[in-house]
Amino acid sequence: MSGIPHDHYEPKTTAEKWIESRIPVLGLAYTTLMIPTPKNLNWMWIWGIVLTFCLALQIVTGIVLVMHYTPDTTLAFRSVEHIMRDVNGGWALRYIHANGASLFFIAVYAHIFRGLYYGSYKAPREITWIIGMLIYLAMMATAFMGYVLPWGQMSFWGATVITGLFGALPVVGHDIQTWLLGGPAVGNPTLTRFFSLHYLLPFVIAGLVAVHIWAFHTTGNNNPTGVEVRRGSKAEAQKDTLPFWPYFVIKDLFALAFILIFFAAIVGFMPNFLGHPDNYLEANPMVTPAHIVPEWYFLPFYAILRAITFDIFFIDSKLGGVLAMFGSIIMLLLVPWLDTSRTRSGRYRPMFRFWFWGLVLDFFVLMWCGGMPAEQPYVIISQLATLYWFTFFLVVLPLLGVIETPKTPPATIQEDFDAHYEAPAPGAGAARPTPAE
Amino acid sequence: MAHAANEHEGGTRREFLYVATAAAGAVVGGAAVWPLVNQMNPSADVQALSSIRVDVSTVEEGTQLTVSFLGKPVFIRRRTPDNITEAEAEPIDQLPDPIARNANLPPDSPATDANRSSLDPTGVWLVMTGVCTHLGCVPLADAGDYGGWFCPCHGSHYDTAGRIRKGPAPENLPIPVASFVSEGVLELG
Repeated sequence: MSGIPHDHYEPKTTAEKWIESRIPVLGLAYTTLMIPTPKNLNWMWIWGIVLTFCLALQIVTGIVLVMHYTPDTTLAFRSVEHIMRDVNGGWALRYIHANGASLFFIAVYAHIFRGLYYGSYKAPREITWIIGMLIYLAMMATAFMGYVLPWGQMSFWGATVITGLFGALPVVGHDIQTWLLGGPAVGNPTLTRFFSLHYLLPFVIAGLVAVHIWAFHTTGNNNPTGVEVRRGSKAEAQKDTLPFWPYFVIKDLFALAFILIFFAAIVGFMPNFLGHPDNYLEANPMVTPAHIVPEWYFLPFYAILRAITFDIFFIDSKLGGVLAMFGSIIMLLLVPWLDTSRTRSGRYRPMFRFWFWGLVLDFFVLMWCGGMPAEQPYVIISQLATLYWFTFFLVVLPLLGVIETPKTPPATIQEDFDAHYEAPAPGAGAARPTPAE
Repeated sequence: MAHAANEHEGGTRREFLYVATAAAGAVVGGAAVWPLVNQMNPSADVQALSSIRVDVSTVEEGTQLTVSFLGKPVFIRRRTPDNITEAEAEPIDQLPDPIARNANLPPDSPATDANRSSLDPTGVWLVMTGVCTHLGCVPLADAGDYGGWFCPCHGSHYDTAGRIRKGPAPENLPIPVASFVSEGVLELG
């Protein structure tokens, strides 16, 4: 599967041969697990495993929560309290599921910014990146619909505001909004369809994850230098790589265990820290909470939505805000073609690094503004931060490829690795670990 | 020549079958998908246009009654003379939305105070769907910079005639189909 020369699976026992000649799943598993992986990967390359774990965690806890939840506007809120108070261990399952969504988004943001910094979106990994973005969009849809299910005040009004975004589209907006809601306002038809789709989408994500992995197993992993693994021969490739199993699996699991310590602490001691108290009030269509805030992971885009308080030519501010919000995410989808630099990794791009860290800061500023009321000075700060976001993608990225003088990356991954770790004694190179044979 | 003509004939025949099959496939596919899409549209019980009657005789001047109609709040406001004078004084061409948005009047009626409060000749009663035209929150009464309503979600200000004055909302609060059926009894729908 990988373009990097490596050992292929040879069935040894009779049973292995029997299976492999009928369906080559053992070979597939072997190639996937043993993929030659750049040996200089740093700690920012752990998020893939964390994300896979989160998906599994959410699916497993979600399936058991459904055994106790009732998707009906008169019963949903009560059934969630039933889970919290009566179901054996229900409180733990629900808190793990709710905070699991937050861990999922922490990991995906770290993963996305890792990719941006090290140029993981550049040729030949554009399709990996695009699939990743589709996963991110599906995650947002799933999280949004999941937040509606407890039928609290924030559930209801969050659903009203977000479906209202579609109502802002010209001509067809109103009909689309009614179609999404199944009525003139958020109600029982909305809750039941969100429940159905909330159950479906994680399996769509699982499928996309498989394709995501397939894509980067075809191109090989990126790495902190952005230099490709040498592919001239197996011996050459082995100087730059180690097999995924056991080296990277053990490293990633160690990182996962470390992260889960904090996750367990939050679930056990402060499970509502990332939630909103208003969601412990049952949904009331007659009263809007004084201050509607989405979940923290939507705040940056919510701030961009609210930043457009003025009309842009014939586009009124309502549609403008919606377009800006969707546009800010489309920027990420287009990034492989907006970045014109031939140097892949940000490590060797001094000007890019400056603007990149500005973007990270910008993301947190937007997140902060999104959680604040729609008044000054937050409006002007959101507007400036929104301007930075679009400037980074539409002006800075295309321009840097022309005006920036990048530093020279190392010739090989081995060179980078040896610069960080003691170079082996001459002749000892071949003694270092090779894929299990 | 005859050979070439045969080939041409065979080609068109095959092309025709391709196109016909593809067209039939598209029609059948669309016919199969449409019920799956349409099932998400409002069901018959939701669509059933209800109308309700509200007793407004007990509403004090300067206060409002909020009732639920078609899943949305409807504000029934009994305005003070000051409210009316203030709203009448506003020049129409200065308003962000110069249309009345009154379902009981022609769609292009201007947003004069009289057109906003057309349910009774004195203009005391203002009846509106209490859903912000920005993203659908319920505005708060007696709040905002214009003495009318204020939407806490994204900061839209409405005046004493429910017209948008400041903030991201594009339109005035809509006035539903409504009429007084007798003294103090309002019918919605």
